[in-house]
Amino acid sequence: MNAPRASGYFRISYAQDLQVLETRTQKVSFVLFAAALLALPFLFGAFALDLANQVLLAVIGAAALMLLTGYAGQISLGHAGLLAAGAFTTGILFKEFGAPFWITLPASALVGAALGLIFGLPSLRLRGLYLAVSTLALHFIVIHLGSEYETRRGFSTGVVIDAPRLFGWELADARAWYYVLLGAAAGTLLVSLNLLRTRTGRAWRAIHVRETVAGALGISVQGAKLSAFVVSSTLTAVAGSLFAYYRGFVSAEAFSLFLTIQYVAMVIIGGMGSLLGAVCGAVFVVLFPYAIESGIKAALPPALLPDSSVFFAANYAAFGLVMILFLVFEPMGLVGIWKRVQNWVLLWPFKQKPLGK
Amino acid sequence: MQLAVNIAVLASVYALISCGYVLIYRTSRVLSLAHGELMMLGAYGLFVTASLFAGRPLVAIAVSAVLALAVGVLVYVLLMRRMAGEAVLAAVLTTIALGILLRGAMMFFWGAYEQHPIQALGLVNASVAIGDARISAVALTLVFATGAAYAGLWAFLRYSVWGLRMRAAGQNPLLAAQRGIGLHGIYALAWGLATLTAGIAGMLIACDSALSQTMVVIGLKAFPAALVGGLDSLAGALLGSLLVAAAEVLLIHYVDPLLSDVVPFVVLLAMLIVRPWGLLGSREELDRV
Repeated sequence: MNAPRASGYFRISYAQDLQVLETRTQKVSFVLFAAALLALPFLFGAFALDLANQVLLAVIGAAALMLLTGYAGQISLGHAGLLAAGAFTTGILFKEFGAPFWITLPASALVGAALGLIFGLPSLRLRGLYLAVSTLALHFIVIHLGSEYETRRGFSTGVVIDAPRLFGWELADARAWYYVLLGAAAGTLLVSLNLLRTRTGRAWRAIHVRETVAGALGISVQGAKLSAFVVSSTLTAVAGSLFAYYRGFVSAEAFSLFLTIQYVAMVIIGGMGSLLGAVCGAVFVVLFPYAIESGIKAALPPALLPDSSVFFAANYAAFGLVMILFLVFEPMGLVGIWKRVQNWVLLWPFKQKPLGK
Repeated sequence: MQLAVNIAVLASVYALISCGYVLIYRTSRVLSLAHGELMMLGAYGLFVTASLFAGRPLVAIAVSAVLALAVGVLVYVLLMRRMAGEAVLAAVLTTIALGILLRGAMMFFWGAYEQHPIQALGLVNASVAIGDARISAVALTLVFATGAAYAGLWAFLRYSVWGLRMRAAGQNPLLAAQRGIGLHGIYALAWGLATLTAGIAGMLIACDSALSQTMVVIGLKAFPAALVGGLDSLAGALLGSLLVAAAEVLLIHYVDPLLSDVVPFVVLLAMLIVRPWGLLGSREELDRV
């Protein structure tokens, strides 16, 4: 399924079999890429840095959803509800008990895991559309509980959270946040990547393709479904908690159904069944509205510029249009395009792959 | 008494909207999550025709109904036709994306302000007394419109040739196609009828209260009603709407008004746990999804 990296099969030990990066080219390009990411905050302005942080937050959430939908094949429309659960756990623990970062983050992860179990229970009986609908219903219930807390405690506009303290210094600077989020996103991707190579990850792929066959092969279908939901929602709740700290503010309005759709769009636009797809999708969906806005601003003379509500509407419509275009014309997403480009280069001067490969 | 009237009105709203979900699902096995937006588009259609045909409200209503039908057919021909045979998720996501596109386009053209098409039509929403309860004239019309829509749909599916074809296509598309039924035509008709009923619901709601962005939420809340009754049964949609509306009105009245947005989904979840195929739905549908 992957394009060939090295010519031939040279693995002579188990350690080599487990390597993530195999060839020298891969290692060199990875080091260059990592160095570029580390140097980024010193090249970017404040606005671009905020965008980069948003992208990194979205990468965590998108990778979590990719594990669930792209690999295990369980459709979830409750992603925003899980993000909200993480954010509200953090907000409530901070507001009621003044809990520090080191307690709120694991607590959010625990709440996420418990909710994942609850979100996953319908999947034992329901499939496809009905499962999607049940997660949608749970989304509304979680959001309702969050807004109920807000109104009951009198934080009707939202819960304000102070910047967290890590090792004695306050995490308030966007540049410091960038490194924390970069570490979190890289950690999520590494965990996901390795999880997918284990027994659990292979079980997820098996139940995605055909549940009956997976069961016949000795995979516990129920266990695999529940573990996919639990892992995915734990990661999502952690992303929600980080989101709450980064914004310094939790409010139920931020977790609308549209947020769920945005995350689903990241998975679709990036490309189903690929972690690279989750990253590409996150970058695309987060940057898309800003690209549209600056495109309009560049195209029109300043005198003709419409007000912000028109920008909002145009963004909305363009987002729907792009999603439709991807679903209709490129269901494999950005990764599908990238693979085709790779194949074109690798096969040149030929056009078709040899049969049977 | 007032509570019973409120339940009847809300149940009619949900029933009129949810028959569209049922029509599309039972014919083509696609769940349309753009229904709320299509409903709002119907209401904006009335808003536009009302100013075009000022002083002739009946003409305006008729033209906007025809427009809604045409929009539904166009949605199928231009977009959903391409998704035929794709995975369930892809089709549902396409309708979600369509909903976002429509919502953005409507905000773009008409802004996010509240509109009152009934003023543009030149009609007055009088209040009617039934016993000791009061009901607005438009809401009463809505109840009757729902009854008429269900009776019409029932007669259409039961007695007309196209209704027969539609039922056949829903039961077994392959056999229906082999028998010479044009599936694309049937699906387009189902989308057209669903959008028409949604459009009528949208127009009446907009006339009763106001035309605003919150209408989409009503469309989404009608979906649990369809599923509680069984996604492939019209009678089920009616029953489910009554159930969901009763639960919502009673809980709002006796417990907490803030529950309004969440009650239909709690009912939905309870139903999915106990009887996922719905009250009157057919059981084997579940594995086909």
